[in-house]
Amino acid sequence: MGKLNKTEKLATNGGWITTKFNEVLGWGRKYSLWHYPFITACCGMEYMSAACAHYDFDRFGMGWTRFTPRQADMLLVCGTITHKEAPVLKTVYDQMTEPKWVVAFGACAVSGGIYDNYAVVQGIDRIIPVDVYIPGCPPRPETFFDALIKLQEKVQKEGHDWRWKKRT
Amino acid sequence: MEKKNIIEALRKKFPEQIMDISSQFGDEIITFESSALLDIANFLNDKPYEYTMLLDLTCVDYKGEDQRFEMVYHFLSLSLNDRIRLKTRLPEKSPKIDSLTSIWKNANWLEREVYDMFGIHFNGHPYLIRIFMYEGFEGHPLRKDYPLRKQQPRIRLRKLE
Repeated sequence: MGKLNKTEKLATNGGWITTKFNEVLGWGRKYSLWHYPFITACCGMEYMSAACAHYDFDRFGMGWTRFTPRQADMLLVCGTITHKEAPVLKTVYDQMTEPKWVVAFGACAVSGGIYDNYAVVQGIDRIIPVDVYIPGCPPRPETFFDALIKLQEKVQKEGHDWRWKKRT
Repeated sequence: MEKKNIIEALRKKFPEQIMDISSQFGDEIITFESSALLDIANFLNDKPYEYTMLLDLTCVDYKGEDQRFEMVYHFLSLSLNDRIRLKTRLPEKSPKIDSLTSIWKNANWLEREVYDMFGIHFNGHPYLIRIFMYEGFEGHPLRKDYPLRKQQPRIRLRKLE
């Protein structure tokens, strides 16, 4: 896990800490990202390899795969999204409760990839808001972890408001 | 059974309808009048040739030519271990051909695909609707005159900053 920061050192010493409510909330959230994998193509294989023992994303606190969007914080869109499928993805996103984050996994989810034709949505950000984009066709698990750490930073810093504004 | 026998038998049986017989990549190509499709398919399906398997059925768009669409059928004979390819041309205006669903069940979905992508109508098909594209999709995307990047979204797309 790398170096412990001041707060974490204090906490592991069995002492007491003072912190800001938002900080501890962000800290709790970033290490418990329950995710929903929306897998439509070969990027799913890289997601699986990131999930399994060799790379093991449980080390980063996202071990719980939820197969219902209602229990998930993080939507992983791995693969090509066609116009036929777009309403499904939109419904899945709408079913997730706030706070929620979206990761576009791989070139197809980011921009449509090599498919610039009648069928494919040119990037899922045309349908739902995206927090992190992962390039690659498909991306290696290391790239995914890079994105995950960046997302965790974002989650930590995010201003937490109880009255969540609806994002469109 | 020699390949030659099949060619000769076909020539003899359908002297009017078969326009050309050639060979490419080791398989015979039979070019014929589209109206004779069911007769020829039945003839090949029956004994002694037994081309009982419809491997694939597809279409090619030759835009600009008079007979614009070319239907291509691939059959396999299990007893002869031989493939045969059938080709026929259809006109640009209201392209129609008989359905093979009465002989091969798998023609159902294959013909729906060709209908979806090329807009070819199959007479006698039990359920000729789009198979890949969604309801409300206009046009046939694999036709050469379908705009290359034209998209028909089902939901309103977000505006990007």
